[in-house]
Amino acid sequence: MSDPRSVYGIMAEFDGPSELVEAAEKAHHAGYRKMDAYSPYPIEELAEAIGVHRTILPTLVLLAGVIGLIGGFGLACWTSAVDYPINVGGRPPISVPSFIPVAFETTVLLAALTAVFGMIALNGLPQPYHPVFNVPQFAHASRDSFFLCIEAADPMFDREATRKFLERLHPRSLAEVEP
Amino acid sequence: MADPAVKDLHGGPIIGPGHSFETVTEKISSVVLTPHTPVGWFFGFALAFGGLMMFLVAVTWLFVEGTKIWGVNQPVGWAFAIINFVWWIGIGHAGTLISAILLLFRQEWRTSINRFAEAMTIFAVACAGVFPIIHTGRPWLAYWLFPYPNTMAMWPNFRSPLVWDLFAISTYATVSVLFWYVGLIPDFATLRDRATNKVGRYIYGFFSLGWRGSARHWFRYETAYLLLAGLSTPLVLSVHTIVSFDFASGVIPGWHATIFPPYFVAGAIYAGFAMVLTIAIPLRKFYGLEDFVTMRHIDYMARVMLWTGLVVFYGYVMEVFFAWYSANQYEEAMMYYRWFGPYAWIYWLLIFCNGCVPQLLWFKQVRANIPALFGIAMVVNVGMWLERFVIVVTSLSRDFLPSSWHMFYPTKWDFMTYFGTIGLFCTLLFLFIRVLPMISIFEMRTLVPEAEVKKEAA
Repeated sequence: MSDPRSVYGIMAEFDGPSELVEAAEKAHHAGYRKMDAYSPYPIEELAEAIGVHRTILPTLVLLAGVIGLIGGFGLACWTSAVDYPINVGGRPPISVPSFIPVAFETTVLLAALTAVFGMIALNGLPQPYHPVFNVPQFAHASRDSFFLCIEAADPMFDREATRKFLERLHPRSLAEVEP
Repeated sequence: MADPAVKDLHGGPIIGPGHSFETVTEKISSVVLTPHTPVGWFFGFALAFGGLMMFLVAVTWLFVEGTKIWGVNQPVGWAFAIINFVWWIGIGHAGTLISAILLLFRQEWRTSINRFAEAMTIFAVACAGVFPIIHTGRPWLAYWLFPYPNTMAMWPNFRSPLVWDLFAISTYATVSVLFWYVGLIPDFATLRDRATNKVGRYIYGFFSLGWRGSARHWFRYETAYLLLAGLSTPLVLSVHTIVSFDFASGVIPGWHATIFPPYFVAGAIYAGFAMVLTIAIPLRKFYGLEDFVTMRHIDYMARVMLWTGLVVFYGYVMEVFFAWYSANQYEEAMMYYRWFGPYAWIYWLLIFCNGCVPQLLWFKQVRANIPALFGIAMVVNVGMWLERFVIVVTSLSRDFLPSSWHMFYPTKWDFMTYFGTIGLFCTLLFLFIRVLPMISIFEMRTLVPEAEVKKEAA
C-alpha cells in the first residue's frame, strides 16, 4: 500500500444524474465526508446527497442590503442637510420621499454585488488549477458526464478500500486523481 | 385546427424532440467555436458597423460644435436625447424581465431566450447611457453627477430626478452585467473544454474562473442566481419608474401624472418584447435554432406583447380621461394639441402603431405567422419611439404661455445620432453572437428529458 497523500482522490464517472445522486448518497451513507460531485448543470438533489444544506450567502446579501440602504439614505441626508444644505423649493433639509429612490438603488447595488462576489469568493474562485482537471475524462464534466470524487483528505480514505467501494457503485470509469 | 403551426402554440414542446446533453451543447457552442463565420454575419456586421461610424461622426461633430447642431432650443431643450434615452432603456427591460421575473415564476420557457435577451439589455442600456451624457453639451463634466468629495465642496442634489436617474441607470447597468456574467460562467467552462485553439481555450478559461461544476459550487451558484433574480425584479420595475419621475415630477401639462410609473413600466416591457422578437426571429432562422426557440416561445412573447400593449393603451385612454376630469384648462389644451395640433399626425400614428396594429395578436393565426409577427414587432418598436416623442415634444413645445411656444424640428444630426446608436447596438449584438453562446447551454441541459433525477422506489 502506497502513501495515500500521493493522490488527491479517486474519481468515478457515472452515466447520468440519477446514478450520480444515488452513488453520492451511498458514499455519504458509508461515512465519506470529504468528497465532491461534479455535474454539467445544477442538480438540486446532489448537494443534498453530499451533505451540503446551507450557505451563508443569503445572510451576507441581507447584511449588504441593509448597509446599502443606510449608506445611501445617510449619504443623501448628510450631503443635503449637513454638509451642503440647499433649499430646493422649500423642501425640508431631509426630504425623505426624495431620498428613497437613491437609497433603494444603493440597497440593490450592494446586495447584488455581494451576491455575485460572495458566491465567487465562497466557491474559492478563480482557481485556474485544480487536481480534478488532471483526469482526461473530466473535460466532459462541463458537457455530459457526471463525476464523484472521494478525496484523500477524508479520514476514511484508503486507496484500496475506497477504490473497491466505488467499484461496487458500477461507475462507467474510475481514475485516480493526481494532486 | 388543421394548421400544425397553430397547434404547436399550446401543447408544443419548449425544446425540440430528440435532444441530449451532447446535442444541446454541440448545437449552441458550435456557432461560437467554428472557425467558419457565415457570410451573412459579415454582411450584417458591416451594415451595423457603418451605423456605428456614423454615430462617431455625429458625436464628434457634437463635441466640436455643441448642441446647437441639434434641433433643440427653448422650450424644447431635451427632444431626441431624452426620447432616445427612454426608448433604449425601455427596450432593455424585457431582458431583465425574462431573466429575473420569469425565473422566479419558474417559467421554463425563458431558458432559451434569456441569454440574448440579457445581452440585448446590456447593449440597450449602453446606448441609453450615451444620451444623458452627450446632451449636456459638456460631457467631460458628466462625472459631476457622482457624489464624491471634491475641491468645490459641492454635492449633487439628491432631490433631483436626474440624480435618481444616475443611480438607477448605473445600478441597473451593473446588476445586468453581473447577472449576465454569472449566467455565462458555466458556459465559459464548456467552451474552455471544447475549444480546439489555444487562444480560445485561454480566453474562455480565464473568464470561466476555473469553474468545474462541483455540487458545492452549484449550490451557492443557484442561491446567488436566485438572489440576483429577486433583487433584479424590483430593480427593473424601479428603473423605469424613476425614469418616469423625470417627467412626472415636472409641472408641464402632459407630464405631471400619477399614471406615469406603471404606464412607463408596461411600455418598457412592451417595447422590450417587441425587440426580443425582432432579434429572435432572424436569429433562430439563420442559425437553425427552431428546436430551442420554438413556436411556443414565440407565441408566449407575442402574448406578453399583447398584454402589455393593452396596459399601455389604457395609459393613453387615462391621459385623455385625466385631461377631461381634472377640468384643468392647461391639461385640456395639451390633449387638444395632441389630437389636432401641429404634431397630431405623430399622435395618431402612435395610436395606430401601439394601439391598433397589436390587436391582431388576439388571433392565433397571426401569432403562428412568423413574418406577420416580425412586422408587428417592428411596428411596435416604431410606435414606442413615437410615444416618447409625443410625451416629450408635444408637452414641451406648448406649455403655459403662448409667448414661449416653439416648434421642434429635428436636424440631420439628431437622426444620425439616433440611427447611430442603433448601429452601436447591432454591432455589439453581432459581436456577441459570434463569440458567446447566445443561448444558455447549461440551462438548456436541464430541459433535456434525461436531466431529471429518477428516484428508485425505496
